[in-house]
Amino acid sequence: MAWIDACSTDDIDAEDVIRFDHGGRTFAIFRNHEDGYFCTDGLCTHEDIHLADGLVMENTIECPKHSSIFDFTTGEVETPPACNNLHCYKTKVEGGRVLVDI
Amino acid sequence: MRAAFALREHGYVGEVTLIGAEVALPYERPPLSKTGEIAAIRTAEAYSDKRIALRPGAFVTNIDLGTRLVSLKGGEAMAYDNLLLATGARARLFPGMEGCLTLRTNLDAQVILSRLTPGAKIGIIGGGFIGLELAARARQAGAEVTVVEAGPRLLGRAVPPQIAKILHERHALEGVSLKLETGVVSASSDRIDLVDGSSMKFDTVIAGVGAVPETGLAEAGGLVVQNGIVVDGDFRTSAPDVFAAGDCCNFDWRGQRVRLESWKAAQDQGEHVALAILGKSVPYNKVPWFWSDQYDLSLQVAGIFDLGAPIHSRSTGDDTTVVFQCDATQNLVAAAGIGPGNATSKDIRIFEKLIERRTIVDAGRLADPSQNLKRLLAAT
Repeated sequence: MAWIDACSTDDIDAEDVIRFDHGGRTFAIFRNHEDGYFCTDGLCTHEDIHLADGLVMENTIECPKHSSIFDFTTGEVETPPACNNLHCYKTKVEGGRVLVDI
Repeated sequence: MRAAFALREHGYVGEVTLIGAEVALPYERPPLSKTGEIAAIRTAEAYSDKRIALRPGAFVTNIDLGTRLVSLKGGEAMAYDNLLLATGARARLFPGMEGCLTLRTNLDAQVILSRLTPGAKIGIIGGGFIGLELAARARQAGAEVTVVEAGPRLLGRAVPPQIAKILHERHALEGVSLKLETGVVSASSDRIDLVDGSSMKFDTVIAGVGAVPETGLAEAGGLVVQNGIVVDGDFRTSAPDVFAAGDCCNFDWRGQRVRLESWKAAQDQGEHVALAILGKSVPYNKVPWFWSDQYDLSLQVAGIFDLGAPIHSRSTGDDTTVVFQCDATQNLVAAAGIGPGNATSKDIRIFEKLIERRTIVDAGRLADPSQNLKRLLAAT
């Protein structure tokens, strides 16, 4: 695990998500409605769909394909069809940059 | 299957048994016409963990509403307190088409996929979702594909013409021969005979001409059936302890009786029935929603379009198209989007929520892509 500089805080709109690829893996970095930043694995646990194309509502992300909903602050499934939680990674903001511990 | 798990999620502790004529563990049907992948929805362990008894390969011969018994082939009878009919639909075949292949089950998919080989001549009857998804799949496998459609355009039943046009152009570009306004008199495993007297020869003929709800048990049991098993707002049939959900049921959607053949409706309605059985029913407010994948294009539709009424376009970009419709009171009622990958997913998801919230919109402003959908949603 290491802190990686992923993006600028401004790269993500409020209540939105971007895809972040690093070291051959893909992640999703979220900004919630209160400007909190969070990071999870980038693919839905149901089928390998990039969550970054999905809709963020407060602390949840809805998969763009089959509407599984996850709480991205905890990774927990809120609505099926997904049944496995998302893995979460720590984040911190320093000098306008979002760092993720991956 | 969704109702069984939802019963457990909402605290039901009694017995739950899933009876199905198919032998496989419950599997996802949408991929059958797309990637062809056959994937169990849950593992066998997941059912035993939740104490959901599985009776695969069990064929129900009769339901007796008076004695509350389900009879199985072989003579066994099972008692129930509440019964859910989630019997789905079967592929329709018109008289004279009996020799064609159809797609409904994992076994159907295996047969069809084995025929989609380089150079194989594949005839597809029906320019609906099953036909077009299989056409895309067949072209990707290198087969020669002809689609024969009786109507004046593709996807004439549920999809706005602006969206159908994009799919038409794409299939043509990919080399699919599309024959519209072409009536079929009869068809067999290797030929299609047309209304104009001509015939076409193929290696394989597949019919995708709609589905018929599986209502035989319900009708024989004495339940009210009219284009599906008629249910109320709780998805309860004309018998108080019998429910129906998914492709086989006919329910009220904002004043019109509908029967939906979609994966999402099956999910939503299964969960809804579980709540109703537990006495926790809530008004059913789920917006009809479905998707289709063809080549790298993905289409999503939320709500139900009135194809005879005006449809507005939202200019989203060069490679994506989003359209929507309002009723006479400016209520948003339906939206559809198409583009590569999941390019329009986020927009359609917001539209779905706006429809669910019965949002009144200014169609002219909504057509302007600078109008932020998320902000509009936040204001509702």
